[in-house]
Formats: sequence, C-alpha cells, structure tokens
Amino acid sequence: MNRSTWIVVAVVVVLFVVSWVVHASSTSGEENNIARAFGVTMAAFLTLAIFSFLYKDNPFYKFAEHLYVGVSAAFWMCQGFWSTIVGNLFPRLSEGVSEFFQVPYQASNWNFAYWTPVILGLMLLMRLSKDFGWMSRWPLALIVGTTAGLNFVRYLRSDFVKQVSATFVPLLGTAKTHPWLGLGNFFSNLDASATGQLVAMMSNWVIFIGVICGIVYFFFSKEHTGIFGRASRVGIWVLMVTFGAGFGYTVMGRISLLVGRITFLFKDWLQIIS
Amino acid sequence: MYSPGVLISLVVIFGGLAWLFVRSIKGREVDRRVIFVFIFLAVAAPILFPITFEEHATAVVKGLYDRIDTLPEGSRILISFDFDPAMAPEVQPMANAISFHCLDRGHKVVFMSLWATGQTLLTGTIQNVILPEFPDLVDGEDYISVGYKAGNEGVLNVIVSDYRKMFPTDVNGVPLDSTEIFKEIGSCADFDLIVALGGGRPGPKEWVLFVGDPVGVPIGVGVAAVVAPQLYPYYPQQIIGILGGVKGAAEYEEQLSGSYDRFSDMEKPGLSMMGPQTLAHVVIMCFIVIGNIAYFRSRKGGKR
Amino acid sequence: MRQQIPLFITFFVGALLIVSVFIPPFGDMERTFTLWFDIIAVFAFFLGGGNLIRVHVAKLKARKEDWPFSIVTLLGFSVMLAAGLFKINNPGDISSAVDAPGSLFYDIFNSVIIPLGSTMYSLLAFFVASASYRAFRAKNREATLLLIAAFVILLGRTPFGTAVTGWIPDSASILQIPNLAIWIMNSPNLAGQRAIMIGIGLGVISMSLRLILGIERSYLGGDK
Repeated sequence: MNRSTWIVVAVVVVLFVVSWVVHASSTSGEENNIARAFGVTMAAFLTLAIFSFLYKDNPFYKFAEHLYVGVSAAFWMCQGFWSTIVGNLFPRLSEGVSEFFQVPYQASNWNFAYWTPVILGLMLLMRLSKDFGWMSRWPLALIVGTTAGLNFVRYLRSDFVKQVSATFVPLLGTAKTHPWLGLGNFFSNLDASATGQLVAMMSNWVIFIGVICGIVYFFFSKEHTGIFGRASRVGIWVLMVTFGAGFGYTVMGRISLLVGRITFLFKDWLQIIS
Repeated sequence: MYSPGVLISLVVIFGGLAWLFVRSIKGREVDRRVIFVFIFLAVAAPILFPITFEEHATAVVKGLYDRIDTLPEGSRILISFDFDPAMAPEVQPMANAISFHCLDRGHKVVFMSLWATGQTLLTGTIQNVILPEFPDLVDGEDYISVGYKAGNEGVLNVIVSDYRKMFPTDVNGVPLDSTEIFKEIGSCADFDLIVALGGGRPGPKEWVLFVGDPVGVPIGVGVAAVVAPQLYPYYPQQIIGILGGVKGAAEYEEQLSGSYDRFSDMEKPGLSMMGPQTLAHVVIMCFIVIGNIAYFRSRKGGKR
Repeated sequence: MRQQIPLFITFFVGALLIVSVFIPPFGDMERTFTLWFDIIAVFAFFLGGGNLIRVHVAKLKARKEDWPFSIVTLLGFSVMLAAGLFKINNPGDISSAVDAPGSLFYDIFNSVIIPLGSTMYSLLAFFVASASYRAFRAKNREATLLLIAAFVILLGRTPFGTAVTGWIPDSASILQIPNLAIWIMNSPNLAGQRAIMIGIGLGVISMSLRLILGIERSYLGGDK
C-alpha cells in the first residue's frame, strides 16, 4: 500500500473513533452506551464503505464485502444448528443430549430412522473431498426428489389449474359487481368511471385475451405467422405493459432501500433528524 | 405551504435537472457519478426537509386490512417473517403495522419465519412494537414466537398438517403443548388467517402453493415492491390482499391511523418514506425523458 | 451403482410425495421424509461454511490477489460462529433463542448484517437511475409501451399522480393516474404475469417429472 492509502486509512480510523466517542458521550446516561455507540458507528462505517463503491472499487468496499460473506455464512449455520438440529434432530436421537440442550425429548419407536438424515448429511459434507465427493449424490438425490415431488402437485394445482380457471371470466358484465342486465342498461350507464361497468368489462376482456395471447407468444413450436402471429404480437404488447409495471415497482423498491439507509445515517448516526 | 428547506431542495434538484437537460441536448457526456449525486439529493432532501402526503388505501390493501378488522376477537392469525435486511426497509413497516393491528384487535398471533434473518427481524418487532405497546399481553397466551426452521417449502409441507412435528417448542424452548395459544392449533388449517411477509423464496408464493390452496386458509401478503406484480394473478381468489412495497405499507399505516388513535401517535416509517419516494420517482422520470430527447435529437442529427 | 442408487432415491421420494397427496395414509411418511429434507438442508449450510473456509484458506496459502481480505472473511466467520454456537452474552440459558436481545449474536446482526445487507441492495437505486438516463430508449412501439406503463406506475404509486390528474371528473376517473395505475396492475399486468406463471408452471411440472423418472440426470454430475 502506498503513502496516500495509509493516510486515507488513518483518517478513516480517526473519524471512526471520533464518531464512537461522540455517540457514547451523547448517550452517557444510558445502559451499555459504549457498546451501542460502537455498534452504530460500525453500522455507519460499513454503510459508507459499501456506498464508496459508487465512486470506484476500493479497499473499504472489499473489506465490507468480505466481512459480509463471512458473517452471513456463520449466521445461517448457527441459526440452522439451533433451530433445526437442536430443535428437531437431537430430541429424536438421544434423551441425554435433549436434556443437555434443555429441549423436550420426543419418544417414538421410529426415532432410530432419524439417523438417516444424519448419515445423509455427513455424506453431503463429503462434497468437500475430491476422493469421496461422489457420496454427496445420495443426499442430493433426496433433496432433488423431495423438491420435485413437492413442486409437481403444487405447481400443477396453484400455477396451472387455478390460473386457467381464473381466466374464465364473463365477457359481458362481471360476475359480482356489474352483472349483465342487457344492452339498454349498459348504454344508459356508460361512462369511463374507474368503478363503472365499461372499465370492469374491459378489464375482463384484457385478462381473457391477454392471457391467451401471452401464452401463444411463448409457444415456440409453431411459426408465428398469420392469425397465430397476430395473437403473438398482442401477447408481446401485454407482456411489455407487464414489464413496464414491473420496472415501475422495481424502481420503487430500490429507492425504498436507499431511503432506509440514508434515514439511518441521518437519524441514528448523525442525529440531525428526529 | 412548504418550509424554506423544502423549497430550496426542490430548486436545487430541478435546477440540476435543467442543467442536465441542456448538457444532454448539446450532446455532452454526463459522468454517471453526477446521476448518482442527483438521486442521492432527491432522496436526502425530503428526509432532511420532510414532505408529507395523505394516502388512501386501495382495494388490494383494504382486502387484508378489512379481514383483520372484521375477524372476531380471539381469532388465530399466523404471521410469517420471510425477509432479510435487504427487504426490511419496505417490509418491516408493514410487519409492525399488521402486528399492531392484530394484537390491538385482540387476536391470538403466532409469529414464525422461514428465513434465518426473519427470526432476528421478528425479534426486533417484538422488542420495538409488541413489548412497549402491549405490556399486558402474555407471551404464550396472546402471542408467541416459534422462530425459524430450515427447509424452505419443506417446513410448509409439514406444518400444513402437523404444526408440532416441525415446531415442538417456541423460540425459547418452551413446549407448544404447554402454551395456551396452541391448545386449539394442530396445523395450519386451524388458523383463521395467515399473513406472509417477504418477497424472496420461500415467501408468499410458497405459502399459497403449500398452505393456502391445499387447506383453504385465507392468505394475505406484504411484499417487497419488486415481487408485488408477480402476485397479482393470485388475487383475489388465492390471496385476499397485497401490500406492495413502501406504498402498501403507507396505505396500511394511513388506514390504521384513521381508525386507531393509539397507532396515530406511533412512528409511521411507511408514510414518512413517501416524500423521498415521490421526489425520486419524478427525478427518474425526468432522466428517462431527458435521455430520450437527447437520443432522438442525436438520431435526427445523424440522419442529416 | 453410483448413479443407480441416487436415481432410485429421487424416484422413490418424488413418487411418494406425489402419491401421498392422493392417499392420505402415506401422509405421515411424507412428513417424515420432508423433515429429513429440512435436517439435511442444515448440513447444506455447514457445507457452505466448510467450502468458504476451504476457498479462503487456499487463497491465503497461495497469496492470490486480495488475499488479506480473506483474513477478514475468516475472522468475521469465526467470531460470528463463536457468538452463535456458544451463545456469548446471551441473557437466557442454553434453551433461549440464539438471537435474544443483548446477545453478541444479535448485536453483530444489527451492526454488521443489517447495514451490509440493506446497503448492498440500495446501490441498485443508483444503477437504476443511471440506466434510466443512459439506456431506456423508446426505440420501437414495444419499448414505448413499456415506458408508458412504467411512467403511469411511477406516477400512480406516488401522491404526485393524484395531484396531476385530480381535476378529471368522476365520470372519466379511469383516466386519473392512480386509477390507471391500479387498472394496469389488475388487468394487463395480471394477464402478462399469469401467462408467464402458466408457462413456468408447465416447465416446473415437466422438469419435476423428468427428474423423478430419471430422464434428467444433470444434478448427479459426471460419472466418476
């Protein structure tokens, strides 16, 4: 590292310490104020380290990124261990171990079967070995089989049958809010009100035609020519509106995250807003 | 009408946009870091000089609100915190508001999570909302946190028919059999409403596929904005209400403030985020317009 | 045999889970297999942690580029692991939640994971803004349609939209931007998302069947 880098690091360390001290002294009457001040300063430092990437890649960003990777991995391991291994596995394997961890032992004649996930889990860890890595295929097979078996019925029911069923909407009037009472009633109540009959019917038409044309677009086994091609074109338009809506929501989502971070910096760290 | 700070920041931002427009028309390159500064200002200025707006709950939000409001007192509600810190700025405000609403209505609430990070964020809601606002409520009787379990949709596949097989104890090791709240709960089918908060996987979609549709329990969702459009096909047959992003949170908070005086005195992060959100949206729309004007001008200039 | 047994496991478990939907007496076996799956998922977390250690130790030993940061990763990993496994500073006993308020685990989550996690994703706000200026061009009809929809949603999801079109009378209230935004979400967006959902659903169903029947074997890797 060259001289200017050392100067930057020194300045950052000094600012860190200053922030910590200022925070601790501003909350001097509270419990654990020094530890909490360190926590807030650390959070602010890490936030700014990530934001520094917007200027260019730098050692502070790399530090924050590497720290995140290590801490997150350990976080999930610990949560998984205490919640599922201690909470669900040990109580079925051994009464003594259950007593040690103070979790209720679950007696059953079939508890011996729970050594199976232990053996399969250990086989999964063999993936780290070059010579015994093939052993990880067995637990992977169980994972793949479980996922495939679970998803098959659920996706068929919820994402196919129910979605197709929900597309069968009335094209004259609507089922609940605006039942069809004849042309006379339709023309006498004709307006462009958001809650009116015309808009409700238009919505049903858009849903019915939009879903069919959208599915036609994704059917690549036939050339998109003639009527099929025109339906596919309509499908593209519907999908473009969908993606535009998605983009709008994505922008909203990302801006919210930025608002959250800047609020933290101004409120919890710099304390310039209440 | 608006404070001097608000007016100054609006002048700075729109003045800057005018500068950007002129520069773009002249075909001059704009460093992307200038764009970054614009977005930072557009978000920071309304945080420093708050601009507040009134919100009105839309039908998708009211769907969930009305269901919680009209369920009889003592109904059993399951709230699942399936999100991480990346989604927390959007989802945590709705989580807090919905938790408050359910407990204030006298419902019995079971909190759980399918994400490890969700359990810790749930702890935050309990510490910051439930314990201060409802000091008389008893853990295990009026509400309970059963915490996180690994396995994604595998967890849902077990609890849909046998809750205790997956969650024998609460998050502190107390057996569920010994708690008052779980006396009449054997599986997810025994809940009157399930609220899935999140947006990743596993999340609201998995709740619909693995719990809502198989056993017919009503599902309401609160999701990050990025995911909200993908859930509309499930509405209203499979999902009764959708809170999409910080706008959904703001609408819910506004609706709650109107009916519950106690909530109107609480912090409402969803509503306070709408000011920066609005200005940032306007700035981004200006970017799109300016970019397209510059593009079409250069294309026209190129054709000549 | 190295392929046959895993293929049989996949078939047996997958078929059992499908059959148990239609034959309830198999439900208990189904839940047990699912619980095994959940337990093995935790071993997958351990595998991830183990792999992290292996990669970064190798990087350290070989003094590859940015090797000092591997020390940061390993240090962060070790501290968090110790804080979680030994419940350091946890106010409760061994049965209390690992992330009980006041524990070192909870404090590290609040001061490291929350700021890093949220800030990483908030960077995208800047990149979305940059993309809006540099890349979003109404080059053709479809792109224009996309932009118009995005504009309506961006305006409609903020109070600015109400202010801009609030003057439109109720008889034409669909043209008010917030109402138009709601209509876009409930109609064309719903239609497009449903078409995508049906397509993905069919893909998942066919892939699940291929995996269970052993036609798709890529998850087994090469034949070693």
